[in-house]
Amino acid sequence: MSPVNPDLVGRTFPPTAPYLVGREKVREFARAVFADDPQHFDPEAARALGYADVVAPPTFAMVVQDQTLQQLLAEPDSGIVLQNVLHAEQRFRYSRPIVSGDELTGTLSVTGVRAIGGNAMVTSEAEIRDAAGEHVVTATSVLVVGEGER
Amino acid sequence: MTAGAADPAIGDVVAERTVHLTRESLVRYAGASGDFNPIHYRDDIAASVGLPGVLAHGMLTMGLAVETIVPWLGDSRRILEYGVRFTRPVVVDPETGADLRIVAKVGAIDDESARIDLTVTCDETTVLGKAQVRVRLA
Repeated sequence: MSPVNPDLVGRTFPPTAPYLVGREKVREFARAVFADDPQHFDPEAARALGYADVVAPPTFAMVVQDQTLQQLLAEPDSGIVLQNVLHAEQRFRYSRPIVSGDELTGTLSVTGVRAIGGNAMVTSEAEIRDAAGEHVVTATSVLVVGEGER
Repeated sequence: MTAGAADPAIGDVVAERTVHLTRESLVRYAGASGDFNPIHYRDDIAASVGLPGVLAHGMLTMGLAVETIVPWLGDSRRILEYGVRFTRPVVVDPETGADLRIVAKVGAIDDESARIDLTVTCDETTVLGKAQVRVRLA
């Protein structure tokens, strides 16, 4: 018996509150992932590549994705308890990089719940769009949710 | 030798590096990302849930792995897709830390894009599975 409610499949959550990407946040994240390319730090280097401001590292999208996953964890009937969750897979599909100044919202859909033994694999997709409604990146995660102690 | 960004061939190593992780790296990533799961900085909690030690965030490993190829790409707009499986935990010792070795190799090429395969190892053990970046050809 899967610990996760199978009725979650197909559920779509409301868009998250807009997340304003700041230049210092991009630099902070870039340092944290050992990035050293100037496009992440130097606005002039980013402008030379055609961007309005510094470019966030590719996995920065997880900051917005995480807000959507908090919605899933907060769902009262989900059966998902954070301490029993393991991140198994992660994927990003990009229309463009995230840039400082972007205002991003994420919309989460649960696309799969599959029981494996006493665990469940939960696949969800967070579609991240900018203030103009244009697609920026879709973040897909596979979480393995254990039954834990009851 | 690393291959040029313009004309990669299958098997070319386009970038590689070694990153030394310490507990400070994990605290820094926790703050930058907002992931404050205590298994990434507290030995007692890591032990209580049966882990061999404090672990690096999977998303930190994923994030630093792809950054290895950004200087080679020149423009992150060329990254179309990036996916990984988290197959093995990276234990970060409080005194000696952990070394991650990243090698980026061209795995496949079609008309418009190339698949870059990232091999990420810690103590000779591969920690990410199917770590693949699809990039637009320059």
